[in-house]
Amino acid sequence: MSSETTTRAWGLDHQFDSLEQQREASFLGMWIFLVTEIMFFGGLFAAYILYRWYNHDGFVAGSHELDVTLGAFNTAVLIGSSLTMALAVWAAQVGRRKLTALYILLTIALGLVFLGVKVIEYRAKFEHHLFPGPGFEWPGPEPAASVEMFFNLYFLMTGLHALHMIIGIGMLLVLAWLAWRGVFSPENHNLVEGMGLYWHFVDIVWIFLFPLLYLLGRNAGA
Amino acid sequence: MAEHVTPIRVYILVFLALMVGTAITVGVAYLHLGPLNDLVAMAIAVTKATLVVLYFMHVRHSSRLTKITVVAGFLWLAILVGLLLSDYLTRGFLSS
Repeated sequence: MSSETTTRAWGLDHQFDSLEQQREASFLGMWIFLVTEIMFFGGLFAAYILYRWYNHDGFVAGSHELDVTLGAFNTAVLIGSSLTMALAVWAAQVGRRKLTALYILLTIALGLVFLGVKVIEYRAKFEHHLFPGPGFEWPGPEPAASVEMFFNLYFLMTGLHALHMIIGIGMLLVLAWLAWRGVFSPENHNLVEGMGLYWHFVDIVWIFLFPLLYLLGRNAGA
Repeated sequence: MAEHVTPIRVYILVFLALMVGTAITVGVAYLHLGPLNDLVAMAIAVTKATLVVLYFMHVRHSSRLTKITVVAGFLWLAILVGLLLSDYLTRGFLSS
């Protein structure tokens, strides 16, 4: 019963020496993945900076076609979902099984609200012929190619972000079920913590996307 | 030894700070600040991201190895953007 070398701690997988080492491995592994994600999204942010430099007027015109109210609302929703995710990790740390599952379900609900608003926004862009491709129409005076480049990056960046959220929601559903079944304990809830890291990262990407895409040149002509 | 459990109070405070930051970002976007507009928007975004990384993602209380990994990720992104811009933004220097 005492901490003999032969006695395995509760929640410790066989390949680790201690709970601390197990947690560190899980935490670090997730961060290594997130670093690749930083570079993945980072390439798109770099492309955005460059094309905006060359197509400034078109980017401002394109940005004015986006709905700031919906964008700000979604930003608040996503920050709220980060809070509920952080609270889910807290609940797992202190061993509150049902509360962990509840906070995860709340996070999923807020994520779905975000995606719902995104669907409304995307539909409006399709109806206004702002989706890049043969159907793209722009009356001017800004060059249509510049505005189209803005919408190329808009759909690519928000689309990739939304894809991350859809995958995240899918994994959170499994996580909520596992939490409800009592798989996690104060000793080992690394899966909850790892999913939390992923969800917060997706939040960070949006924190940059919102001002860069929605708020460009809003003061012009005011 | 045991992992650090962040009190709920801290999470609520960070959440409120992030919401205030979002409101300021939207408000500042409508002011006439010239090139400062972009600077202020990005400064607020970086501050918000730092809060999320330190408190929501627990990096403040994690090991040095994890901290180095996180910093390295953002540092390499800065190198990517920095070298890209040092090329494209200086091309006009030669032709003019």
